Amino acid sequence: MAAEKSTIDALGQFHLDTGLGAIGRSVNFANSNVMMVVAAALVLLALHYGMRRRAVVPGRLQALAEIGYQFIHDMCVEQIGEEGKRFFPFVFALFFFILIGNLIGLFPYFFTFTSHIAVTGALAVLVIVLVTAVALRIHGLHFFSYFWPEGAPVVLAPLIVPIEIISYISRPVSLSIRLFANMTAGHVMFEVFATFMLMLVGALGAFGYVLALGPLVINIALMGFEVLVAFLQAYVFAVLTCIYLHDAVHLH
Amino acid sequence: MTRLMRAGLVALMLAPALAPAWAWAGEGEGMPQLNFANSLTGSQVVWLAIIFAIFYVLLSRVALPQVAQVLEQRSATIAGDLEAARGAKEQADLAVQELTLATRKAHADAQAAIAAAVAEAKAEAARHAVQLNQTLEAQLAAAEQQITAARGTAMAALRDVATETASAMVQRLASVAAPRETVDLAVGAVLAGRG
Repeated sequence: MAAEKSTIDALGQFHLDTGLGAIGRSVNFANSNVMMVVAAALVLLALHYGMRRRAVVPGRLQALAEIGYQFIHDMCVEQIGEEGKRFFPFVFALFFFILIGNLIGLFPYFFTFTSHIAVTGALAVLVIVLVTAVALRIHGLHFFSYFWPEGAPVVLAPLIVPIEIISYISRPVSLSIRLFANMTAGHVMFEVFATFMLMLVGALGAFGYVLALGPLVINIALMGFEVLVAFLQAYVFAVLTCIYLHDAVHLH
Repeated sequence: MTRLMRAGLVALMLAPALAPAWAWAGEGEGMPQLNFANSLTGSQVVWLAIIFAIFYVLLSRVALPQVAQVLEQRSATIAGDLEAARGAKEQADLAVQELTLATRKAHADAQAAIAAAVAEAKAEAARHAVQLNQTLEAQLAAAEQQITAARGTAMAALRDVATETASAMVQRLASVAAPRETVDLAVGAVLAGRG
């Protein structure tokens, strides 16, 4: 463990390895991909088993499935409008994929795929490509008026248009980095405090056990905080997706 | 360029959290997230695309319509039940109205029957009274006739008695037998004088 080297290897937990043994090695199937499959399967199974009985008065799992459905459905309709129903499955998939990815990442030895910028970046690019495609499909070339606020003086065009374009392009960047940074930071903190406990014990012996209670308490509090962050970041990702889709559908 | 910019932004955002990590991470690979030399960093995105696509298709084609169906079914059931309840209430209201009407009608009928009975009884009583009056009057008239007749008889007898008495008195006082016709005339004159 890291304590033996008396350094804190806070980043080792993000190291990508192949999953699923030899098969995974042969097709470059990473351990993060294993967790993606687990997350997607959890969502699908929860929905399937929850809705199996099709009860008029729902049981617990069915109530959970229905609440998740209603929550995202309301979010889509509120943020995007009536057209939001078309994007509902996409936002639902995005939200629960990220949420479950964040949550199962909190278990020890489980890989957190949302802590990888390549993954969050790909999701953000997916969102922005979809948003741009939707805008182009609905408004055609009129979409480019999005980069020109109505009534702005023409003299300022060289200033405003680049700013608008940069702000548009920075959307996926902020979207991906926000999620990636939050998850990475939280997991690094866990690792730092946990390793600190081992270092205290290794260096001070019996007295170290007493002092190690400090980082332990911090890590317990941190776990509660990270659960909140897991929900919050999934929600932020989904809400921002909805807001971007609203802009794409309505232009301003 | 983008990679550098990204790394810079990441470092900036993570600075407080990663400060100890950067210090102690040593000469390892740095952040595994930014280690694009590892082919898995890129390949996981390909697998992400495949997994997410399957996830999306299964959700939008199978899982979510299932939930939507149940929710629709429920709202339909509730709406149907409400409709049925509304119908039942309408029927009950109608029945109550009918009942009220019937009660009112029965009340009116009873009132009319009572009034008719009372009127009939009154008419009967009136007829009875008239009949009684007639009978009484007839009896009264008969009685009066009898009285008049009796009186006439008595009056006729009175003249005879008076004549005889006067004859007897004349006989006693004057010891003459007055002729019956003369006495009778005198009595008649006196009686006529008295009325």
